[in-house]
Amino acid sequence: MAAGSNGANLLEVRNLVKHFPITRGIIFQKQIGAVKAVDDISFDVKRGETLGIVGETGCGKSTTAKLLVRLLDPTSGTILFEGQDVAAGGKDELKGLHRQMQMVFQDPYSSLNPRKTVGSIIGEPFAIHGLLKGSGERRKRVQELMDRVGLNPEHYNRFPHEFSGGQRQRIGVARAIALEPKLLVADEPVSALDVSIQAQVLNLLRNLQREMGLTLIFIAHDLSVVRHMCDRVAVMYLGKVVEVAPSDELYSFPRHPYTGALLSAVPVAKPSGARRRERQLLTGDVPSPANPPRACRFHTRCPKAQELCSQEEPLLELKSGHDLAACHFPLTESEVKLRLPTALSSTNASTNAHGAGAAADQSSSSSST
Amino acid sequence: MSDALLSVEDLRVRFATDDGIVHAVDGISYTVETGQTLGIVGESGSGKTVSSLTTLGLTRAPNTTIEGRIMFDGRDLVSLRDDELRGIRGNEIAMIFQDPLSSLHPFFKVGKQLMEAVLTHRDVGKAAARARAVELLELVGIPDPDRRVDQFPHEFSGGMRQRVMIAMALANEPKLLIADEPTTALDVTVQAQILALLDDLQARLGMAIIVITHDLGVVAEITDQIAVMYAGRIVERASTEAIFGSPQHPYTWGLLKSIPRLDTPRDEELVPIAGRPPSLIRRPSGCFFHPRCPYVRDSHKRIDPKLEPITGDPGHSAACLLSTEVRGRIWRGLQEGEAPGQLRHLVVEEDQPVRAHAAHHSPAAEVTAEEATSEDGS
Repeated sequence: MAAGSNGANLLEVRNLVKHFPITRGIIFQKQIGAVKAVDDISFDVKRGETLGIVGETGCGKSTTAKLLVRLLDPTSGTILFEGQDVAAGGKDELKGLHRQMQMVFQDPYSSLNPRKTVGSIIGEPFAIHGLLKGSGERRKRVQELMDRVGLNPEHYNRFPHEFSGGQRQRIGVARAIALEPKLLVADEPVSALDVSIQAQVLNLLRNLQREMGLTLIFIAHDLSVVRHMCDRVAVMYLGKVVEVAPSDELYSFPRHPYTGALLSAVPVAKPSGARRRERQLLTGDVPSPANPPRACRFHTRCPKAQELCSQEEPLLELKSGHDLAACHFPLTESEVKLRLPTALSSTNASTNAHGAGAAADQSSSSSST
Repeated sequence: MSDALLSVEDLRVRFATDDGIVHAVDGISYTVETGQTLGIVGESGSGKTVSSLTTLGLTRAPNTTIEGRIMFDGRDLVSLRDDELRGIRGNEIAMIFQDPLSSLHPFFKVGKQLMEAVLTHRDVGKAAARARAVELLELVGIPDPDRRVDQFPHEFSGGMRQRVMIAMALANEPKLLIADEPTTALDVTVQAQILALLDDLQARLGMAIIVITHDLGVVAEITDQIAVMYAGRIVERASTEAIFGSPQHPYTWGLLKSIPRLDTPRDEELVPIAGRPPSLIRRPSGCFFHPRCPYVRDSHKRIDPKLEPITGDPGHSAACLLSTEVRGRIWRGLQEGEAPGQLRHLVVEEDQPVRAHAAHHSPAAEVTAEEATSEDGS
């Protein structure tokens, strides 16, 4: 990965580390270890793209999200947002940065203050930054935002409990786009929603991204949702990025055995053949991030692990096409064919561009005014 | 169908609340045979969990009205006394719950909780029960069961806890296992392990399984039959192949089209179901799905469809007022990537007399402004 600032990149993350101390004792606290939640990761986010981050619970994806918008202070490393270091800035600099980077949270129930009206929740960013001081002005802007995310502007004075889960998530999105940020970090934005509502929120995010030219970092554990949303995907395992690749390449020809295992585990909504496909099931659980395995962290569960994997840590290197993977023995074409649903390889071309907007007019457009 | 292990007949469950009567389950019927897996699919609040809790007698309360019959092995579970039902619950019928952490008692060792399941129903000594507990942990694939049996739930990971829950459910070799969202709280890799385990256990122990889920992917892999529930009713019931191959109900189409899949082109637009599920206290008139259905006609707001076998396939039932022929054409259109709005003409053409009215009612107009929150036409 080339270092140095590059105009095409909105965000450059270098050697980012976050360790949470494990302490013992109540009055005299002594650090006896650290949970290595994020351990030396580097990646770039290009302007206007959607980067997906996937991985199992505890792999550090949410910690990464919080570090990017500096809701957590990193242990070390740099996060350059348009050349400015997010990790180093003081309070005032951060305030400026937060106008340009915003976050949508996972749980639409606990991320909205139940005592505030929707109008004041969405208007809060303006209050914080001292914008649109006239209340009529602010109200008008908030109602525009509500309309934009598909909420009825007349519900300005309602409280969060009066809305359904999907609508609450729309409130969270409206709040996040209020200041017209350049970067939106969405941490599992749909995992708490019902399937029929998930699609509404996913389509909303995609449309907003197109209209506002947003750069989106989309974090999820659902691989099919990530494939649908993202241009590029980073796969994390135990605090490390193990593979970064454009979606089409990653899903048709994953190189890291962990990515292969994740894809192989996705249930396919097609009964014929699904039962018979040869699955590569991972055995056991993710090791503790307080005491991760030496060298390649995946070697304890990896079907391809060899002597070398427990001795030398593999670096994130270009394996094929635009696919960066950290593995000594990446998957070969024949292994991918054997383990992944045949459907995957057959549609990898993904030439289909029709229907992009064609389906959009299905039933709405009546919500305005 | 005479050898059905469980046969639910016209089950209705109502809860009286301060706001009114909640019609949680409204006349559903299904059967499960030994060795078969039935999937019950629906959104939150569609009544799928209530129907199976009722099977176990867990919804009995002063404010609850239960009507209909639940025949299990020749007995009607609805009319059994509480103590008779206790002999069946956890013994012949067992249940796995969604959240394994809150279903296990944090103060007691896993072994003790497993032994309790055995000791409640079997006349055996503690040593034998403990041996059984170890055997069960081994059965569900927990390594080192001799040691693990003396550990507490917090020492297990999420997937391992769900295995413990399954072990507990299997303690008395039930004839029927009800799994309520068994994998929702788990990662994909662990989900795949648990599904493989259920499939394997069924092959070895030959029990019937009911899987309740909102994820069609999960049911595609392990079920034989699927019932789709909406607002307390079954709107479509068929073999798993038929549900995915030629689904008949607009709600089922909505479910299938609103999830991104790994085997469709990446750019394919998702088609969400507009609006949200109706209140079960004040239910819509006519077809319960009509406020969200893109293919609604005026008459659908008055006529309540019955779950009836479709033309040409007696094993496949749907509760929809459209004709089988029109439904087939709409589904083919959807498969080719057309939007529901473009296919609406098929519905209008079918019914010339009401065309004049129907033309004024675009599907969007049926959805109240507040609920027309689906994606904006950009």
